[in-house]
Amino acid sequence: MIFSSLIETAWHALTAHRMRSFLTMLGMVIGVAAVILMLAIGQGAQAMVRSAIESMGSNLFIIMSGATSSGGARIASGSAPTLTLEDADAIRALPDIVAAAPVTPGGAQLIYGGVNWSTSVYGTTPDYAVVRDWTVASGSFFNEADVRRGARVVVIGDVVARELFGDEDPVGKIIRIKQAPFEVIGVLAAKGQSLDGRDQDDTVMVPFSSAQQKIFSGSLRNRARFIMVQAVSEKSMDNAEAAINDLLRSRHRIQAGQDDDFTVRNLTAIAETAASTTRIMSLLLGAIAAISLVVGGIGIMNIMLVSVTERTREIGIRMAIGARRRDVLWQFLIEALTLSLIGCGIGLLLGIGGAWLVGSLAGLPVAVTVVSVLLAVGVSFLIGVFFGFYPARRAAGLDPIEALRAQ
Amino acid sequence: MTGSAAPLIEVVGLEKDYPTGAGVFQALRGVSLDIAEGEFVAIMGASGSGKSTFMNLLGCLDRPTRGIYRLGGQEVSRLSSDRLAALRNREIGFVFQGFNLLPKLSALDNVALPLLYAGMDREARRQQAQSMLARVGLDERSHHTPLQLSGGQQQRVAIARALASRPRLILADEPTGNLDSETSRQVMDFFSQLNREEGITLVLVTHEADIAAYAQRRIRFQDGRVVEDQTHAEAVA
Ligand SMILES: Nc1ncnc2c1ncn2[C@@H]1O[C@H](COP(=O)(O)OP(=O)(O)OP(=O)(O)O)[C@@H](O)[C@H]1O
Ligand SMILES: [Mg+2]
Repeated sequence: MIFSSLIETAWHALTAHRMRSFLTMLGMVIGVAAVILMLAIGQGAQAMVRSAIESMGSNLFIIMSGATSSGGARIASGSAPTLTLEDADAIRALPDIVAAAPVTPGGAQLIYGGVNWSTSVYGTTPDYAVVRDWTVASGSFFNEADVRRGARVVVIGDVVARELFGDEDPVGKIIRIKQAPFEVIGVLAAKGQSLDGRDQDDTVMVPFSSAQQKIFSGSLRNRARFIMVQAVSEKSMDNAEAAINDLLRSRHRIQAGQDDDFTVRNLTAIAETAASTTRIMSLLLGAIAAISLVVGGIGIMNIMLVSVTERTREIGIRMAIGARRRDVLWQFLIEALTLSLIGCGIGLLLGIGGAWLVGSLAGLPVAVTVVSVLLAVGVSFLIGVFFGFYPARRAAGLDPIEALRAQ
Repeated sequence: MTGSAAPLIEVVGLEKDYPTGAGVFQALRGVSLDIAEGEFVAIMGASGSGKSTFMNLLGCLDRPTRGIYRLGGQEVSRLSSDRLAALRNREIGFVFQGFNLLPKLSALDNVALPLLYAGMDREARRQQAQSMLARVGLDERSHHTPLQLSGGQQQRVAIARALASRPRLILADEPTGNLDSETSRQVMDFFSQLNREEGITLVLVTHEADIAAYAQRRIRFQDGRVVEDQTHAEAVA
């Protein structure tokens, strides 16, 4: 029997029972839509985490002022942060360390011409650009000399550049930060979202010393809220962490048995945990959806079995006029396959549409990938064959005489 | 017909047992007969005498328990089920008492069905099926489904289907059983014409003597045996 005739025969049979065919397909439709949607959400989350991790920099520690507490580091209220610029310099001098940047974060209002923009201001050193692997899109980052002399220069994030300057070139312009004039010397390359969901491009950076004087008005007494540290390699991170602990305890004159007044966190390890958590979440989502696909397949088998029973006489007639067993087998197999593939097609459309809705309405990151589409199509095909085979074999195994006698 | 030609159907000591709750039931108990190409044979006999069982064996729908059946000189009982399907498809046309059309398909698609299994392409199938429908006088009804046709029309569609792959042998098990006498006459006239003009071999089961009268030869079954086998000429003589 010719293949196109098989398709035609299957099509005839399916359109002859439209409602039943539709209901049979429904399981498949929902299964495929669920798989596509769940994979889209899972992979979207993974992609977001991956890019956040990539934007973070590699082999990173953050050392926070204050003793360790459940939420992070705690500083006794009213007292200044415990870390200093000199602590950062001393850490940088340790063997496994590439760079160490002290940071005092704060918020401030920026003014350029008639435009206002509130954003976060980081007082730091050029090492920060190294640690975060952060380049400038135009102009340059400030240097050690700028830090030493407390230069009133600022490097602005991509979002800030857009908000304050629009299409203008910000480099060389003067903006006011808490009333004090600063010259824009560079625009940072865009980094996107961080792991905790903040927009990393909505920020400006000024030399550590300038931030102390102009933005915090000396209230921090040249202390840093945290120090970002980059180790030379992932392997060296454990050694580096121990060395940093020893160094800071001796520099801060902490006696044996006394609590640290600082907290060291391995950011790279935290990021890896986040990545594996989203990986597991996305696997779980996919697995749950896959179960509904299998249930859809069982639905197809169920209806195909009913259909074989109902159409026993038809099978007998076909055999009497010359259908071979394999013709009957193919007929029912192709019917099951057609059902599952059409169901898969509709499910794909629904799933992709649903993913788009979730992305645009709920604002979740979604990613419908070619791989997930191929996966859904492939699995539906296999399900069609797998669950279609048993009913088809049953049909093909019927005895022509008995089939003809059936009512 | 020449006496030297091998018979189309050659049956020797054919037996068919059916397993039942109370042991085996012997539906055929040693039937031997030849049917030559071009013959028109009526099979008669009481209900349960084994007529349909015999027809199913002739039609390669079933295999004998013992005995030999040669169709066109070929021993059938040893063929694979695929080869039997091919024989049914190309050499044999069936006409049943209950018509056995596929209710969801149009008359045309029903008639074209054997050609589908013969591997013919779509256009050729449609053309040949259409010309077969024309021969039974139903070319105007080719797009009707069986339910939209009268019993006589349905049987004509079934005959067109049996003729579609131009078989040498047509087996009809009580083809007029569900038809009124006028329609029966039309169907029988058509069968006679086919036999006369195209030399198609016809084997037909009937309970009615006036239907059997169309045939040249009458075979009577009783309890799974042939008890009478006479040609028209003998009967008249
Ligand atoms: N599958 C079967 N299993 C058991 N017994 C069967 C089977 N098919 C037929 N028989 C028996 O074999 C005998 C012959 O049946 P068959 O159908 O050949 O009769 P028939 O001559 O065609 O009768 P009718 O004129 O009523 O159609 C009957 O007694 C029937 O009960
Ligand atoms: Mg019978």
